[in-house]
Amino acid sequence: MSDRRLSRRRALATGLSGVGLALAGCLAEEGDGNGGNGDGGNGETTGTTGGDDAPKIAVLEDRSGNFALNGTAKWQASLLAVEEINADGGVLGEEIEVYDPDPQSDNQRYVELTQEAIVDEEVDALWAGYSSATREAIRPTVNQHDQLYFYTTQYEGGVCDETTFAVGATARQQLGAVVPYLIEEYGPRIYTVAADYNFGQLSGDWVRILAEEHDAEVVDEEYIPLDVSDFGSTINNIQGEDPDFIMSMLVGESHTAFYEQRANTGLDIPIGSSTTMAQGYEHRRLDPPALTDMYVGVNYMEEITGERNEDFVDRFYEEWPDAEYLNQEAQNNYFSVYMWKEAVERAGTFDQEAVIEELEAGIEVEAPEGDIELDPATHHMTHHMRVGHADENHEVTFSEEQYIEPSFLHEVGCDLTEESEQTQYEPGEYYDEA
Amino acid sequence: MDPYQLLNLLFQFLDSFAVIVLAAVGLAIIFGMMGIINLAHGEFILVGAYATVLSYHRIGLPLVVAMLVGVAITTVYGVVLERLIVRHLYDRLLDSMVATWGISLIMIQGVRILWGNSLDGVGTPFGSVSYGPYSYSTYRLVLAGIAVGVLIGLYVLFARTDFGMRARATIQDKETARSMGVDTDRMYLSTFAIGSALAGLTGALYAPTRSVGPEFGQEYVVEAFVTVVVGGASVIVGTSMAGGLLALVKSGATNQWGQFIGLAAMLVTAIVAIRLMPDGITGLLEDWRRARRESE
Repeated sequence: MSDRRLSRRRALATGLSGVGLALAGCLAEEGDGNGGNGDGGNGETTGTTGGDDAPKIAVLEDRSGNFALNGTAKWQASLLAVEEINADGGVLGEEIEVYDPDPQSDNQRYVELTQEAIVDEEVDALWAGYSSATREAIRPTVNQHDQLYFYTTQYEGGVCDETTFAVGATARQQLGAVVPYLIEEYGPRIYTVAADYNFGQLSGDWVRILAEEHDAEVVDEEYIPLDVSDFGSTINNIQGEDPDFIMSMLVGESHTAFYEQRANTGLDIPIGSSTTMAQGYEHRRLDPPALTDMYVGVNYMEEITGERNEDFVDRFYEEWPDAEYLNQEAQNNYFSVYMWKEAVERAGTFDQEAVIEELEAGIEVEAPEGDIELDPATHHMTHHMRVGHADENHEVTFSEEQYIEPSFLHEVGCDLTEESEQTQYEPGEYYDEA
Repeated sequence: MDPYQLLNLLFQFLDSFAVIVLAAVGLAIIFGMMGIINLAHGEFILVGAYATVLSYHRIGLPLVVAMLVGVAITTVYGVVLERLIVRHLYDRLLDSMVATWGISLIMIQGVRILWGNSLDGVGTPFGSVSYGPYSYSTYRLVLAGIAVGVLIGLYVLFARTDFGMRARATIQDKETARSMGVDTDRMYLSTFAIGSALAGLTGALYAPTRSVGPEFGQEYVVEAFVTVVVGGASVIVGTSMAGGLLALVKSGATNQWGQFIGLAAMLVTAIVAIRLMPDGITGLLEDWRRARRESE
């Protein structure tokens, strides 16, 4: 009997270490994202699409796994753009093909699929990835092949890379819209809660920098592991400090529980955020009043008014009647496909070097969020930033919008039209407050 | 330390204790009584949560009734799985792990295909208790009460009833139990059903406090396995003592140094505990008892 129990225990321990390994895998992916395996060194360069090959783009967006909630709409909006373009005569008279396997929120799979898209499929442009960890996992492969790459998620900022176009809003653009607004509305004492990985940490740095610039202070901050979903102690800590408002850069499904628990505990301090509502549509999914007085800095949400956007939303749901939400990143995928089309047509070729040159000549897009332009020096977009506010019924309204440039990379001297780089700059290197 | 801070600590402890015990207890029964390592444990919890939320939103049942439906559906789900798959795996430890892991993967993706990436939230009932500048969710404190109630209920069931006696006899010596007229096949089925029902209960109870999506069950897996390993083979003593120890370490460290250190401290405690007590807390108690008997 005792022998049997011993062997059971040993097997259970084996199972547990399996769970542990799986966890360690996740952490490694979140952490350094250094997944590039550095093979495929046949030195092949890109832009080799022959005249008889149909032009092709890769859309690698998650439709299963952890990030499916955010990734599905990105994939849907990309296909919508391609379909519209093809129905309208294609690009340079050719129909666009799409290579779109599901990367399943798995960074290793992203690296493999990116390799495949570039080397085997010889795609003319690549859209890939939700999280910053994913972007950093595939960037070595992208760089190795000088692949034209559009990264569309809002992110911490700082990527200065000759073939990468980070077209989502950066932390400085989003937080720069919402933090000063809340300081003005509610007062100078800020409490930061953020996800404990590169995105959350760097966003926390930006809150501190912006606080300093506006004579406010961050009274305390807590960085929370991604799999935590019970926030009793965090809420008590916030109550103990009694700040004027909370800045939340929480990420993922587990963290979403914070908002419900905040409402249930009666914590009615307003919250600012760069991650909520516009991506994971928490205002639709959570039971009101969980998000009462949530303020989020966004360049796009499905709810923004205006004929152009309402038309876009209609077309999207006509194409995808079962879609759950048309999020900020989906809009970014959509306009960037059109932006690429415009650049290709100006260049008169699908050759990637020529297309990048055209993009760097400066380009404007009529996006659903408004008319926006690409900043040639930094490969980022100047965005229409708004502060979206949810009331106790989760009705969203927007404050007056601002047109905000991607200024941080200018400050650090990133100019890709002059000098080729493949760097990511961090605020800590340039600001004492960070 | 001011008295309000002490209350914070107490409430945070009760909260952690409830999560850990409720996450682990279904797994502990199925492992401790039957020797099946159920890597799909998280997805049993998932079934409970989905059944609860769907019957609350889509059918419009009151929350308590929806929760009971959640428990019932998870029980049925467990029984079907036991008949179709699990009963072929008794006494085949490693095979049971591979099979249940497969079930887990199929469930997560299946749920995603059927109901999308998330379900609409259910608000947490009851509001909060306030003290000084602080407040705590009443519902979370009620859950701590339910966790204790579940442990007491299981004690009564397995130690005081005829059913419990038969179940334990089946576990200790199947052949003899069978020759004494116990329907061991049915005992296994019932025990598995109880384990499933408790996992479903956990899902039902936590659905209103957390965000419910296909990965919902995964949030409980680490706590559940760590607790069962630290607790050892005895379901009630092991789970309650391991739950108490881990919750104390986790809530204490979280209260002092934040969530990250809290999580790390709990896992370090588990590593140390396994090193010092290879058979878990129950194994250690067993050794003490034996040593005392010998010295008498």
